[in-house]
Amino acid sequence: MGRIKTIARRTFLIGSAAIVGGAAFGIYQINKDAPNPLVAGDGEAILNPFVMITRDGVTLIAPRAEMGQGVQTTLAALAAEELDVAWEDITVLHGPPAQAYYNSVFLGMAIPGAHYKDTPFKHNMREQVGKVGKLLDLQATGGSTSMKDFYERMRHAGASAREALKLAASAQLGVPVSDLRTENSNVIAPDGTAIAYSELAEALRDITPPDVELRDPATWKYLGKSMPRVDMVEKVTGTAKFATDTAMDGMKFATVRMSPTRAGMESYDDTAARDMDGVEAVVDLGDGIAVIASNTWLAMQAAEAVDITWTPANYPANTEGLRAAIAASLDDDADSMVRDDGDVTSAVEGTEITADYYVPWLAHATMEPMSATALYTGDALEVWSGNQAPTMIRDACAKAVGLTPEQVTLHTTYLGGGFGRRGEQDFSVLAARIAAAVPDTPIRMIWSREEDMRRDFYRPAAIAQFRGVVQDGKAVLVDGKIAAPSVFHSSSLRQTGVVPPGPDRLHVEGAADQPYAIPHFRIAGHLTNIDVPIGFWRSVGASINGFMLDTFIDELAHAAGTDPLQFRLDLARTEHAPSAGVIEAVGEMSGWTGQTPANIGRGVAFSFSFGTPVAQVVEVEDTGRGIRINKCWIAADLGTVLDPGIVEAQMTSGAIYGFSAAMQEEITFADGMVEQGNFYDYDAMRMHTVPEFEVRLLETNPFMGGAGEPGTPPSMPALGNALFDLTGTRARELPLIKTFDLIL
Amino acid sequence: MATRLTINGTAHDVDLPENVPLLWVLRDEIGLTGTKFGCGVAACGACTVHIDGEAVRSCQVALADVWGEVTTIEGLGSPDNMATIQQAWVDHQVAQCGYCQSGQIMNAAALLAQTPQPTDQDIDDAMQGNLCRCGTYPRIRAAIKDAAQRLSEET
Repeated sequence: MGRIKTIARRTFLIGSAAIVGGAAFGIYQINKDAPNPLVAGDGEAILNPFVMITRDGVTLIAPRAEMGQGVQTTLAALAAEELDVAWEDITVLHGPPAQAYYNSVFLGMAIPGAHYKDTPFKHNMREQVGKVGKLLDLQATGGSTSMKDFYERMRHAGASAREALKLAASAQLGVPVSDLRTENSNVIAPDGTAIAYSELAEALRDITPPDVELRDPATWKYLGKSMPRVDMVEKVTGTAKFATDTAMDGMKFATVRMSPTRAGMESYDDTAARDMDGVEAVVDLGDGIAVIASNTWLAMQAAEAVDITWTPANYPANTEGLRAAIAASLDDDADSMVRDDGDVTSAVEGTEITADYYVPWLAHATMEPMSATALYTGDALEVWSGNQAPTMIRDACAKAVGLTPEQVTLHTTYLGGGFGRRGEQDFSVLAARIAAAVPDTPIRMIWSREEDMRRDFYRPAAIAQFRGVVQDGKAVLVDGKIAAPSVFHSSSLRQTGVVPPGPDRLHVEGAADQPYAIPHFRIAGHLTNIDVPIGFWRSVGASINGFMLDTFIDELAHAAGTDPLQFRLDLARTEHAPSAGVIEAVGEMSGWTGQTPANIGRGVAFSFSFGTPVAQVVEVEDTGRGIRINKCWIAADLGTVLDPGIVEAQMTSGAIYGFSAAMQEEITFADGMVEQGNFYDYDAMRMHTVPEFEVRLLETNPFMGGAGEPGTPPSMPALGNALFDLTGTRARELPLIKTFDLIL
Repeated sequence: MATRLTINGTAHDVDLPENVPLLWVLRDEIGLTGTKFGCGVAACGACTVHIDGEAVRSCQVALADVWGEVTTIEGLGSPDNMATIQQAWVDHQVAQCGYCQSGQIMNAAALLAQTPQPTDQDIDDAMQGNLCRCGTYPRIRAAIKDAAQRLSEET
């Protein structure tokens, strides 16, 4: 009976069928068996890979990259909720790279089928497949997976630790466990005697933490509320440690100049550089050089003074050539056709329209340029790196300097922005290689902004061709072809040496997987085989396809003579209720009427990505001195909102990241090299251009959705659609500054 | 030849070439790493510090040209003793990745010293040189207004 109750309750928690409860339980069992990477210090007790009791209080391991999304705060809150620890008693650490911290969601995302169509059975299947990530030591932050990943794991860790504390207190007090309760970092006996958790650290060493049931969400104290971020005070006092804030005796400072053609280095002459102030060494890295100096700036000056001949690029040398290659792949066989409803080749009555779209290459441009600190001592390597993939980066660093992974200690520091860029291995490996060139000398390495801009793994450019038919005010046919280089293939090849089999679903995410009931609906993905290094950029495929599909939907709405918000609602209503819900909500929030004054334009857009449907309305104004964005309304349905303040910040952040790109960002190539170098030619939204925001978070989604990325895809089409409403001009290419007089 | 600087009230003799920017003196020589490098060309504001109370981009001020007392984010307040503006930043939960926030706060502190009750336009004008890729601007604006209010009540 107890087991059935457990399953029933977990089922209720996650809003799914009984099988899910069983699966979640299974995940926990597997976690328990993973080796615990933590080592207890004096007076400390380690209860599981996530909870440590120390003399000072409670240390929680939040093993996901804190790149601004607030992950460490909510991971801590999940454990703390069950642990009854006072918020101010918690210390949160990222922890070492370890199998115990594997990502249990990633692999499940690869199972075919649009996520919005998931049944409880399908959801469970994703969870089961996700567990294979453990066998791969796949510890990674990305894909807006962290909360789905740890919703159960962290709470179990907290609950189990709480019961262990009660067992230890029971032995000390001679009071049965069932009579003890926990509150505010104390175990409390019926007579009021309280023992602080920190006082139980020694006694806990003899206790095996039990497995216990999770609490009813109705009793939550921390979850569902906006918690003070655990990193906030550090970040406003300059005491938060990023990768190059590590100080060590005898430290030297380094920077690199690596091949901007991504093809290597023919030769270099460092004669002038070697004589410059503070320069200690110029290191030949094969496809570039590093300068080690007594000061970072002196290293950067000297690096610029090295005369280097680069090997020509292996891809078309300029933007036009790259664009032509992408366009040509539209004529190749499709890689995927994962959405093929009805028959788009059949003759359908109605008004037909066609449109072609283009989106440019984009850089991540994190505020902190790529950086890492490293110390190599011959038989060991220690690396400090703000990174999104610690196990793989540890292994790559080990390989690069001829050590075993066991000889490498990787500290994952705060990330000065990630957005996908810091899942790459290159920057950590370079610091390791430079350190290996000067054993026993700590090396603090940071790239110049120009190096960061020219050595990115870019969001690829893409081209789409859409054909659609509207009839009686509704869409009856959408036939889309999307061409771009494959981020998934490029990244997999780089990180694992293998191109995964099967159709590339990331390539068409944001288009093929949208919850739209269109009788004849096909999305074909075409892959362009060019070698420009590309990678995961906030919302990945949906950052491309969200703009292209939704803009076309807007065009269809106008061709149909239907209000654009109503048009989307009609498409989503029968297909996915939470999606229809956010469209309705954003209409209500913005007071959408479809009518605006002459100098005002409004656009609506919708995208379902990373499990979360998001609708946005953007209002633009022609000020007479250019067009500005006045306001953005956002409605999102994550199913369960664990921290509304943090989710609100992520929705806003995602939209601003998208607006920045849509308005003005574009990476271009000439002579095989990226032309942009710094924020003066690759800028972003700033204080004076940012709009007002209003965010509403709904909780009807049956499965938990992500927060970090879903705010980005609809922002770009919402802005474009608003500009169309204002001006009557439809921009089918980004950035929008090429078409409109935007205030930047 | 050593150059003498006063940073957060403490004198330092710095033995570096005179053209090294203050930013890299602070970070690599003095060990004050709260001040960040973002662009090197005064386009992002991450390196903002005060010289005699004025907000400057420390990546553009050569060691030899430092004309007054330097205050960095560490000198503004500490975790146990935050300045009013830092407390406002905490209360509004402004920071995301946090990398730009030292510069944002130093720039905003200088704004408030000069314009104790800034309008939205004043905030736009003063803060547009400080880039934030996480897009924390709406909360920065709210925190500045809140800090202005508190500072006016304190005086």
